[in-house]
Amino acid sequence: MPAQPHAYGYLTQPEVRFLDAAVARLIPADELGPGAREADVTCFIDKQLLSAWGTHGRNYRSGPWPEGTPEQGFQSRLTPQEIYRAAIRETNVHCIKQYQKAFEFLSQQQQDEVLHGLEDNKIELESLPAKLFFNLLLRNTHEGFFADPLYGGNRDKIGWKLIGFPGVAASTYNDHIEKHNVPYRAEPVSILDILEGRAKVDAQGYPRHVMLDGQKKAGGDDNH
Amino acid sequence: MTITKLKPVDVVVVGTGVVGSILCKELADAGLKVVGLERGRMIDPQHDFAMPYAHDELKFDRHSDIFQNLSRETITFRNNMSQTALPMREMGSFKPGECVGGTAAHWGTHTRRFLPWDFETRSRTIERYGKGQIPENCTSQDWGITYEELEPYYDQFEHLYGVGGKAGNLNGEIQPGGNPFEGPRSREYPNPPAAMTYAGTLFAKAAESLGYKPHVNPTAAMTQAYVNPYKLMLGQCVRGGFCSSHGCANGAKANPLTTVIPALLKHKDFELRPLSNVIRINLDSDKKRAVSVTYLDARGREVEQPAGLIILASYTFNNTRLLLLSGIGKPYDPVSGQGVVGRNYSYQSAGKVALFFEDKAFNPFMGGGARGTSIDEFNGDNFDHSGLGFMGGAYVAVSSSGAMPIRSTPVPPGTPRWGSAWKQAAAQYYHGNFTIALHGGSQSFRSHYLDLDPTYRDANGLPLLRMTFDWSENEKKMSAWITNQAVEIAKAAGPSKMSVNPTAGHYSIVPYQSTHNVGGAVMGADPAASVVNKYLQSWDVPNVFVIGGSAFPQNGANPPTGTIGALACWAADSIKDLYLKRPGALV
Repeated sequence: MPAQPHAYGYLTQPEVRFLDAAVARLIPADELGPGAREADVTCFIDKQLLSAWGTHGRNYRSGPWPEGTPEQGFQSRLTPQEIYRAAIRETNVHCIKQYQKAFEFLSQQQQDEVLHGLEDNKIELESLPAKLFFNLLLRNTHEGFFADPLYGGNRDKIGWKLIGFPGVAASTYNDHIEKHNVPYRAEPVSILDILEGRAKVDAQGYPRHVMLDGQKKAGGDDNH
Repeated sequence: MTITKLKPVDVVVVGTGVVGSILCKELADAGLKVVGLERGRMIDPQHDFAMPYAHDELKFDRHSDIFQNLSRETITFRNNMSQTALPMREMGSFKPGECVGGTAAHWGTHTRRFLPWDFETRSRTIERYGKGQIPENCTSQDWGITYEELEPYYDQFEHLYGVGGKAGNLNGEIQPGGNPFEGPRSREYPNPPAAMTYAGTLFAKAAESLGYKPHVNPTAAMTQAYVNPYKLMLGQCVRGGFCSSHGCANGAKANPLTTVIPALLKHKDFELRPLSNVIRINLDSDKKRAVSVTYLDARGREVEQPAGLIILASYTFNNTRLLLLSGIGKPYDPVSGQGVVGRNYSYQSAGKVALFFEDKAFNPFMGGGARGTSIDEFNGDNFDHSGLGFMGGAYVAVSSSGAMPIRSTPVPPGTPRWGSAWKQAAAQYYHGNFTIALHGGSQSFRSHYLDLDPTYRDANGLPLLRMTFDWSENEKKMSAWITNQAVEIAKAAGPSKMSVNPTAGHYSIVPYQSTHNVGGAVMGADPAASVVNKYLQSWDVPNVFVIGGSAFPQNGANPPTGTIGALACWAADSIKDLYLKRPGALV
C-alpha cells in the first residue's frame, strides 16, 4: 500500500522522502501488515511540526543552554521544527559522504546502519546530538502510528489494528470486565470515524463497537 | 504597569484544586466573603471533556492544555548541589495542572489513607529499632498530627469524593476482603469496591498463594452513581480508560470540578477569578501580618487584593515558591541545616515487574480509575525492618488503568526498540501483559530541597523554583528488596517473560513517574523544623495558611491525594472552629 499524496505544510519534499524512508525502517511493512510509512506517519509529523508543539509553544525556551546531564532532559535551544530541518540535512550530508547517496536511496541495510549510528550517537551532527534527533523521531513515529487518525497518521487505524486496540471506548465495558481471559476484539473506532459519521454512538456519545471474529456484538441495546 | 487595588474581602484562596475548592466552599458556607484565584483557565467539563474528544491520547497525555504551561513557568532541576540546575523544558517526571480544578482535574483517582506510622515516622522508627535505623542525614520527622486526629477528615474527604472500596479495619476490627494493615476507620467507604479485571484477579490469586492479603484498590472513579454531601451527582464509571491525564467524559471521576465547584459557583459569598496568577503575598511593615496578594490578571495587569486571611492552596512547588518570593519564613540552607522554607522536598520511589504471557488476554484498554488489587504487607513499617538497612516501604499493586497505545505498549526485555522485531513484540504482547508496580515512600534528606534558582526566570521575570533531588541509598535499598518480593508474586502468576526494574541510579526528570511531589512548606510541632503548625498555619505570619502536598515532611508510599484532601478538611475546620473565634497564632 503506497503512501498517498499529501499537502505538506512544513516539510520540504526532500524531508518528506527522508522521513518516509526512515519511518519505514522504524516500523516496517512486513508479514504482520503495513508499517509507519503506510500509516502516513510523515504526514502526522508534518502536522505536529505545524502545531504549537513544533515551536515549543508550551515548553520553556529561555537560555542559557549548557548541555546538562541525561537526567536533566531536553536542553537544545532548537525547536522541533528546527531540529527536523537541521538533522535531516546533516544526516543526508553524512550519507552522501559515507555512501555517495541521500538517505532515501540507500539499501535497507545501509539505512539501518545510519539509524543505529544516530541512535548510538556515533554519527556526528553539527547542530545537535544525533541521539536527540533519533529519539524525537522514534517518539513521533510511535505517536503517528498510534494516535487518533484525527492527526493525520494511523491511517485506516493501522496501528490500532496491529495491536488490537479498539480506540474510542464503548460505554459497555462494565459488562465485559469480569469476563476474564475472554478477548474483546472490536473493529476500532476513531474520533475521526465519529466526527465523519462512520460510527454509531449511544446517547452518551460513546461508540457502539462492532465485534470482530464473529464475537457477539458489544454495543448493548442498539437497534439502529 | 497599572496597579489596581480592590476592595478587601475576608479570605483569598490561591489555587482551586483539591485543597482550594474545599477551603473556598467551607469558608463561604461559614459566612465569609471568599475570592478564589486560579492561574489556569476555567473548565466546563461538559464541553472541555466531551465525547468523543475526551478519548484523545495525544491531546491529553502528550500536549494537554490542562497541564502547567511551561513556557511561562517551570522548575529547574539538578541531582546534587555540585551541579548547575537546568530548566525542565518539557513535561516529564510529573504533570502539575493549570486550570480550575488543578492537578486533580486529570488525576488517576487512587485514594488511599496514609498509615498511622506515616505520621510518626521518626519516633516510631526509633521506638522500634533504635536511632541507628535512621539513615545518615535523613530529616524525616513526625507530622505534629496523628492518624487518629486526622481520621474524621479522611472520612469526610472520602464521602465528598465518593470513594469506592472495602474497609479492612472498622473501629479496630479487621474486616475480611479489606486491607488489614490500614489504620482504623470509623465507617465503611461510601461506595462498594470496583469489580475486578483479569490482571487484578491473577495478581490477587498469586499473592494469596504466597500468604499475602490482597484487597481491591480504593478508587474515586465512581463504582455506582453517587450524590455527595454537597448534593452533587456523579455518574458511574464505565471503565473506558483515558483516565489518568484525561478529564472524565461522564463525570465519574471525583475531582474539584465534579464534587465541589458547581456548588461553589452558586454561592453568593464566593467569587472565582481564573487566569489570575498570584505572584506575591504582601506583608505589613513588621512582617507579622499579610495584608493582600498581588496577581497578574488575564490582561497582564497587576491587581492587589486585600484580605483578612490568605490561604495558599496551590501545588507543592507554587506554595513553596510564593513563600520564598514573599519573604514568609526563613529559607532553608542545606549547608547549615538552618531555615525551613524549601526543606524536606520529597517524591515517591517505585519499582516495576512487567509480566508477559503467551496465552492470556487482559483486555488492557478496559479499566481506569485505579481499578486493580494490591497488598500492603511491605508498606510503611508493616514488616520487620531489622537488619534490612532501610526504613519505609511500598505497597505492591496491579492497576488496570486503561492501557493507551502510545504510552502503554510494553515489550519483553531484549526486544529491539524499532524494526520488525519490535513491531512483532508490540502486536503479540499488548493484550498479554500487565505490570506489578511498587508505589514506594521517599524519606527526606538534608540535601534534598527547594529554593529559588539564581539564573532562570519565569515569564514575569521572577526566579524559577530550583529542585535538588536524587534517589537516596535508603529508597534504592528499599525498592530493590521489595521488588524481589514482587518478583516471587510475579513468578506465581506464571508469565513466560518478565522485566524487573527497581528504583536505581540517579533520579531523572525525563520519564513520567508520578505527580506526587511533596514538602517544602512542611507541617510540624517545632517552628525550627517546619513552616506551618499542625493546623497548617504559618508560624511567622498567622493569617497565612499553607495547605497541600507541600505540608508533607516526607512521603508515604500511598498516593498523596487522599491525605491532601483530609488536610484540607482538617484545616477548614481548624479555621472555622479555632482561628475565626480567636484570630492569631493557634499554637
